Order: sequence, then structure tokens, then C-alpha cells
Amino acid sequence: MAKVLATTKLLQSRQGYWPVAVGAVLILLFASIPNVPAIPQPATAIPPSTLPETGLYADPVTLQVDPAHLAFAPQYPLWSDGATKRRWISLPPGTAIDGSDPEAWIFPVGTRFWKEFSFNGQRVETRYLERRADGQWLYAAYAWSPDGREAQLVSARGKRGAYPLAGGRSHTIPGVTDCKACHQGGPSEVLGFGTLQLSSERDAGAPHAELQPEPHVDLRYLVDRGLLVGLPKAVLDVPPRIAGVNETERAALGYMHGNCGHCHNERGSLQNIALFLRHSVMNAGEPASTSTVGQAVKKPAPGQSPDAVLRVEPGHPGRSALMQRVSSRSPALQMPPLGTEMIDNEAVRLLYRWIEEKGASVQQAHANAEGR
Amino acid sequence: MHRALPLMLTTALLMPSTVSSQDSAGAQVKRGEYLVSIAGCHDCHTPWMMGSAGPEPDMKRALSGHPQDVTISAPATLSPPWSGAMNPTSTGWSGTWGVSFSANLTSDPETGVLRDFTEQQFIQTMRTGRHQGQGRPILPPMPWPAYGNMTDDDLKAVFAYLRQVPPVKNKVPDPLPPKP
Repeated sequence: MAKVLATTKLLQSRQGYWPVAVGAVLILLFASIPNVPAIPQPATAIPPSTLPETGLYADPVTLQVDPAHLAFAPQYPLWSDGATKRRWISLPPGTAIDGSDPEAWIFPVGTRFWKEFSFNGQRVETRYLERRADGQWLYAAYAWSPDGREAQLVSARGKRGAYPLAGGRSHTIPGVTDCKACHQGGPSEVLGFGTLQLSSERDAGAPHAELQPEPHVDLRYLVDRGLLVGLPKAVLDVPPRIAGVNETERAALGYMHGNCGHCHNERGSLQNIALFLRHSVMNAGEPASTSTVGQAVKKPAPGQSPDAVLRVEPGHPGRSALMQRVSSRSPALQMPPLGTEMIDNEAVRLLYRWIEEKGASVQQAHANAEGR
Repeated sequence: MHRALPLMLTTALLMPSTVSSQDSAGAQVKRGEYLVSIAGCHDCHTPWMMGSAGPEPDMKRALSGHPQDVTISAPATLSPPWSGAMNPTSTGWSGTWGVSFSANLTSDPETGVLRDFTEQQFIQTMRTGRHQGQGRPILPPMPWPAYGNMTDDDLKAVFAYLRQVPPVKNKVPDPLPPKP
């Protein structure tokens, strides 16, 4: 402390500019911000130190997954820089998910989820969620050793450089704070395992659509086995699907549901932005269309071009703010803002086509109106 | 008089709670002002100028962020062992992340960064280091990991104070990327 004061005095006397000293201290403190310890998390149980301890495997040596766990795949998967994913859910025996609110299922205490990420056939990380007795979800991520034999708990701050990607970028295993930024952004902390995602009316045009693994878990499967109760009969009788005007729109809105809707929805803390990209099973209409097409940008993001005054300008994908943001990986501009380092080119092409087609349909509507 | 009695009674009953509510809000703002003063917010968010006794924060522009007329177009050129630099107003910061400019925290409805923030989003921003709690990362040297340790009540007080800081119209420039 005395040294700091002496330095301050020195700077003050020589340059009359003591904020330099303050700045220097701040720079020393924050120049390497990733190394600053993350904020303490609420008091929760400490996750197991290795992945097998979470109970994923029946045989930790052969890495045979416990056959009691259910493998599943959402119809609109989250883009994670091209990672191949495997997912499982485990419900405690004799329990069931409460689906009476189709927008926000309630999972029994003891529910566990795993999601395994691989690049080029190499396991890189497995994320873990567990519902604790206090109702809170426990978040953890396990990083695989290069030989694919062991997976150790990652620090709550995450891990950078987990796997090299193109262009000098690399896959980051997110910290718990970033996990929660998405998972706590809507009506349910569980993403990818809900009414629309498990509808039997799967969208074959969804970007990066995955084959359903055995035993083909969908709404009917869960209800028939008593694993999902309370789901409104109408939802079961008419499997939910996005009501796009064509298959392009259906896939585009579905993509935004799976990749954007966990933050941009009507129930989360960002609702004041009035950008609703999450499909609602119970409400008519498609908010992902009505809250974007022809809607003004509220506050341009850094790096956004000035001509992008609308979120989606029909017929003009290049000057639609939505396109500019999903096509960027500049930290201040990119969407989603975390969890991805690489542009999802397949999704960009789809969204581009959707906006172009919206322009054509608007022109057609005008022509029809004039012809009347 | 008889007709006015119920109104007077109602007014009398309501008055204490209204006053109490105002007291409470005032106390919260005062608490927020105190926290802002000790947490170093002015060090970066208020432009510094040269005063008669040396550099000092220009409180006429309190918490208005990097002045829009102070142009910085590229990161600082540094050689080891240095890894960062700041400009004379203490509002532009250069480092491995590029150049960051401190935000306008005043209540200006056009240029204040908090104009679209809810109280909950402000708290989440300090907890997660992300814009509105879920968006783009907040750049160094903003010490959000330290402020994230504040209690909810303290962060609410800071937010309440910032919401009533006199508006200063000042459009802070976008951050600059690091040198390739």
C-alpha cells in the first residue's frame, strides 16, 4: 500500500496526473479479466468431480451408458459450432414430469440431464444438470481427456481452448454464469426437452436436424409410459408444429425457437425488448414473425450498420438487423452472444431465404390489393 | 363537511405510508449515491479534466461516459511489459480486448445506456458481466466481478441512484476491436 501511495505521489508530482496510477492498478487488475475469480454462486451442492460419478454410465470403463437413461434429440437443436451431440435424461423411479403448463414443464427432484459434445469424433465435454432437493438446478460441465477415457469437472468459470476450431478459434466450455444466462432466461431452465422440441411432428427442414435415437422419445412416448403427466389432451391429439406460411418459414422460426427463444421470450427478463422468438404451444400466431418482420430496431448493437433500421425487412436480408447479428462473430454484435464461436452458415442461408421470401409475399400481397 | 370527511380520513390514512414510501425511496437513492462514490464509478464513467489542484472528475458531466467529441481510432501501441493504457479523460481504455469506452450511465433518454434496462437486468448485468444480463460481454476494465458481490439491495440502490442522475446527452462510441 505504501508503495502504491509513493507511486501515486510520484506521478502526481511529475505529471500532476494521479488517475494514471489508478488506471494502472485497474489495468493490472482487469487486463486479464478471464482470470478474475467468478462471482460466488449461491450455496449449492458441489458437483461430483468426475462424470461417471454423476451416474451416466453403467460401466465407467467401457463408457456404456446406463440403459435406464433415455436418449433423446430435440427437433430444433442448438448450434454449437458443429459439435455432434448426444443427450440423455434420467427421472427417478416412480416420478413423472408435470406437463400441465406446456410452456414450462416441471421436473421432479432428482431429474438428471447430460449432453455430450464431440468434434470430429472426439469427445470434448459433457454438460450436466440435476434438480436438487431444494428445487434448484445444479450446473456442471466435464472436460474429456484427449484420449477420451476420463472426464473431469471443469471450474465454474469454464474452460477456454477446449478444442481447436477453424480460423484460430476454439471451443469454450462455458462457465456456470454463462450457462445460467441462457437456461434462466425463460419459463423453464430445461432447454431442448419440451413440448415443441419433442413433438412427433418433427421438422425435416430444421437446420442440423438429427435422427431420433432409440427409443424415439417424443410426447406420446413419455405420456404412454407415465413419464409425462398433465399435458393438455389437445396438445397430445394434435402434435404441435410451427405454423409457417411455408416450409422455409417453419424451419426459420423453429431455428430461432431453439437458438434464440431461451432468452428472447415473453416470460424472461428480456421481455421488455419485445423480441419474442420462442414458439408458444398454447397461443395462436407466431411471435417470432410478428415481433421481427417490419419491426424497428430499438437500440442498434455496436457494429450494426446504420441502414439496418428494421429487425427483419422483407425482401432485404442484407439490411435486416437479425441477419447482421446472426452472421457476425464480433463479440459485441454476434447472436447468440455466447456458446458459439463459428457462424452457422446453414442457418444463415435459411434465414436469408426466409427474409427474401417474405419480401416476395409482401409484393404479391400489394399486387393483389391493387388488382382488386 | 360531512361529504368531505371520508376523503379527509382517507387522505390522512394514506399520507403516512406515502411519506414513508418517499422516505424509503430517498434513502435508497442516497445509499446508491454513497455506493457509487466509494466504488470508483466516477474513476471511469465521469470524464476527467485538469483542475487547479491537478486532474479531477468533471462533475458537470458526472457519469456521462467517454465524451463523444474525444476521438480514439485505434488501440494504443504498447511494448512489454505494458499491457494496457488509458486516455487523459480516463474514459477510453486500451488492452488485449481492443479499446473500450466507458458507458453513459446518466438518465439521458437517448444516449444513456441504462435507458432500456430494468432493475433486474441491471442486477444480472453485474452478476454475469453481460449486457442486460444475457447479451454481449462487458469489456474490461469494468470490475463487474467485484460489483457482482454486492447484495441485491445494494445493486438496487445503485440502480435507483443512476436512474435519477441528471441526463447528459453524450453518445459514447462503439468499442474498437484489438489489433489483428
